[in-house]
Amino acid sequence: MLACAAVSIGRFQILSSHGFTSAEYVYFYYYSDLLLTIGLYCALMSLYAHVFEEMGAERLVRFGALLLLLGTSAFSFLIVEQASNKIVSRFVVELSQNLYFVGLVLTYVLWAAILKLRETRTRLIQIVLSLGVYLSLFAADYALRNLYPSQRSLFISLLQVIGLFLPLTWAYAFWRLPEEARMAPARLAVAPR
Amino acid sequence: MMASVIFVVSLVCLLQFFVSYCRSVIAASAKQPLSQEVQDVTGLKNSASREDFARVTQLLHLCPERPEDRNRVHAIGAYFSLLGVLRATVARFIPSLREWTSLEQGQCAYFVAVALDRRIAFSRELLAQQMDA
Repeated sequence: MLACAAVSIGRFQILSSHGFTSAEYVYFYYYSDLLLTIGLYCALMSLYAHVFEEMGAERLVRFGALLLLLGTSAFSFLIVEQASNKIVSRFVVELSQNLYFVGLVLTYVLWAAILKLRETRTRLIQIVLSLGVYLSLFAADYALRNLYPSQRSLFISLLQVIGLFLPLTWAYAFWRLPEEARMAPARLAVAPR
Repeated sequence: MMASVIFVVSLVCLLQFFVSYCRSVIAASAKQPLSQEVQDVTGLKNSASREDFARVTQLLHLCPERPEDRNRVHAIGAYFSLLGVLRATVARFIPSLREWTSLEQGQCAYFVAVALDRRIAFSRELLAQQMDA
């Protein structure tokens, strides 16, 4: 959250000094977005570590996360290398988009693990679910941008609204839900039981 | 092609996470008892039915908003509407699903009643602060 606030201040500074259409703003926007996405990916990995802490699988989770991050980077690089001559700048955008989708899949797997392991911590459950909603919205928005390039500006504006969801829901989870609160995760599964 | 696949997968995941998130929000308030005052105003005790939702929501809008619960009330309102769509379409042919949507919508109504209880307490606090000042 601190990194997000710092990046927002930096973006505002560059926006006011160089303008919205300047190359400086575009570069700063996408490079900082990639850093924030990697930060979110690390936050997701720490959620994995919380869920699997009793199994002592923290090192395995860290190793797997690093491997997946490198794999996603290599995949993004291969796509960019074939499709564009502006490799570095295109790579940054591509990696950011792919990491959102990988993050979504990983959050889905984490949610399945929570249901399977009968994790009961309300705060942890709400943090994972709100992260899932956030990443789904982001991945859907990126996909729509690629499907309808003419409506690009609309989908970019939507991202700003979607971006509010995670800080609000996480703030609620940390401030309003007591750490000792518990719930039965089986009650939350979508299929009627 | 790839973008379409990502879009469909994202939508399916979004639906799954959104429903589970709403259920977690509802579950967190399901155990809270209603104050006698709210029980008298709404006519609810330990549970609510789907028919109560509109009435309790109207009562909720009469109270000053608490910034903390605004988003959750909107999310549960959207979840209630989603269940309504499900009930009017697929659930018409599946009785067990129809029963489940009714139960869920009743829990949404109970959540709104708990939110109403909190807003009344919040209004009281505000009034007390103004009186002190």
